[in-house]
Amino acid sequence: MKILAIDTATEACSAALYIDGELTSRYQLAPRQHSQLILKMIDDLLAEANTTVTDLDAIAFGRGPGSFMGLRIAAGVVQGIAFAYDIPVVPVSTLKAIAQRAYEETGINQVMVAIDARMQEVYWCPYRINHQQWLPDGEEQVIAPGKIDVAEILARYEEPWVGAGTGWGSYADSLLSANRFQLHTILAECLPSAEAIAKLAVKQFEAGHTVSAAEAIPVYLRNDVARKPKPIVL
Amino acid sequence: MIVLGIESSCDETGIALFDSEKGLLAHTLHSQVALHAQYGGVVPELASRDHIRHLIPLIEQVLQDAGIEKTTLDGIAYTAGPGLIGALMSGAAVGRSLAWSLGIPAVEVHHMEGHLLAPMLEEDTPEFPFVALLVSGGHTLLADVKALGQYELLGQSLDDAAGEAFDKTAKLLGLGYPGGPALAALAEHGDPGRYRFPRPMIDRPGLDFSFSGLKTFALNTMQRTAKEKIDDGGLARQDKADISLAFEEAVVDTLKIKCRRALEQQQCKNLVIAGGVGANKRLRAALSEMIGELGGELYYPRVEFCTDNGAMIAQVGCFRLMAGETQPLEIDARARWSMQDLKVL
Repeated sequence: MKILAIDTATEACSAALYIDGELTSRYQLAPRQHSQLILKMIDDLLAEANTTVTDLDAIAFGRGPGSFMGLRIAAGVVQGIAFAYDIPVVPVSTLKAIAQRAYEETGINQVMVAIDARMQEVYWCPYRINHQQWLPDGEEQVIAPGKIDVAEILARYEEPWVGAGTGWGSYADSLLSANRFQLHTILAECLPSAEAIAKLAVKQFEAGHTVSAAEAIPVYLRNDVARKPKPIVL
Repeated sequence: MIVLGIESSCDETGIALFDSEKGLLAHTLHSQVALHAQYGGVVPELASRDHIRHLIPLIEQVLQDAGIEKTTLDGIAYTAGPGLIGALMSGAAVGRSLAWSLGIPAVEVHHMEGHLLAPMLEEDTPEFPFVALLVSGGHTLLADVKALGQYELLGQSLDDAAGEAFDKTAKLLGLGYPGGPALAALAEHGDPGRYRFPRPMIDRPGLDFSFSGLKTFALNTMQRTAKEKIDDGGLARQDKADISLAFEEAVVDTLKIKCRRALEQQQCKNLVIAGGVGANKRLRAALSEMIGELGGELYYPRVEFCTDNGAMIAQVGCFRLMAGETQPLEIDARARWSMQDLKVL
């Protein structure tokens, strides 16, 4: 099985190629340079593996949440590549990708993921592994950190939790109610990666969770992005 | 050579197929006007989100309309600027990646060059050199088109574009958004001579424009008239029609004076009108009359190619690809891009 994965949802820009259990990848912290880097990363990976686009079984991408522009770059690139040969697309949650990376780093299979969404909010979802599958605890959402009840989540599960994502760097005080309780580890610099997305995509692909090129659309979570104008009064 | 063209610089997704031998093969457009109307103007983030939803289905549609397999395309052209960066990036990402995936060249197209050469999509094609007036909701400029890729910017708006002034004034008159065409329709019922609006910057040398003052002048006129008629129920429909007419006359007259000045300065007889406001009847009539006096020819593309469209991008892309221009393996888009930086073909 051959799966190409890309992610440009955050400051990190990455691409990964999964071929029958083996992964190769490129990963670079490059804010605002994703559009210049991503195609070269993909081109390099395929050339290195001596493979071509037509050999791919699926293309995966970090579908969000994250930077709006970054999400559209990834979606646009995937749409263009997949459309050429009607290759199936696997959209993968960037929050789940962060959970996967945090799990690989700590071995702890319960991760509260928070990406700094600016405007005093985070993209948020706790993820936990159950029967070898990542399950969200509630829906992914954009929410003010003060409205998240971390204590309530801790009370429901006995096992330890990790906090991961840039939201923990910006809002740890608020999320942990000024240290009245603690998590096992906090990985505030954990960003999504194409490697993690590729691994998650293999399972989603095997489960038949794919879409067409035209359906490779970002999940923004924040949808109130425009204000209605006030009427002009003479 | 068959080229796929992608336009996504503002609030329309335009896709077309252009053949170097046969000309335009197919084109389609998705307009976002209804999406932005409730906000009284284009919301860039919503525009970008809409482009990324519509690009692939529209590409599928033109391929089907023309009976062309995607694997037989020879090149892909997309608007890389100027425009809304997020909107441009959506089209550029899809276009550049599709070209890479198919193993064919990609080329960036300057949105304005697309407009300037849009009359070449028609049978009656202007010969070089000509002066072009590009007048739309986003731009108002005069350019000397000497040859393919060789453009001299003669003048441009220092503030609002003419179409923007139309839309903003229409909004003040309560004609909705985008209200430019509604204002022009209402002006048909106007009483000429009741109001006279200034012709901005005509007594100064040069070919630059300024239209933002006209909208303020319209507001002041509306307020004054409303006050005078406070006992008769304020501003009536006829008052609005009269103001619309006076406003339109001022814009058209100003454009005509500057076009004439440009033609005389460049010692050129042929004028091309492009851009959405180029569809305005009063403007076409006034420019036609002026060109008649000069003994020249007036050219304009059909209305659907006056406004943003994929056909003009596919055409310029084909010209540039034929000349050997190609885009490296990078997705690039820029909000600002000077036309004078373009390569001469």
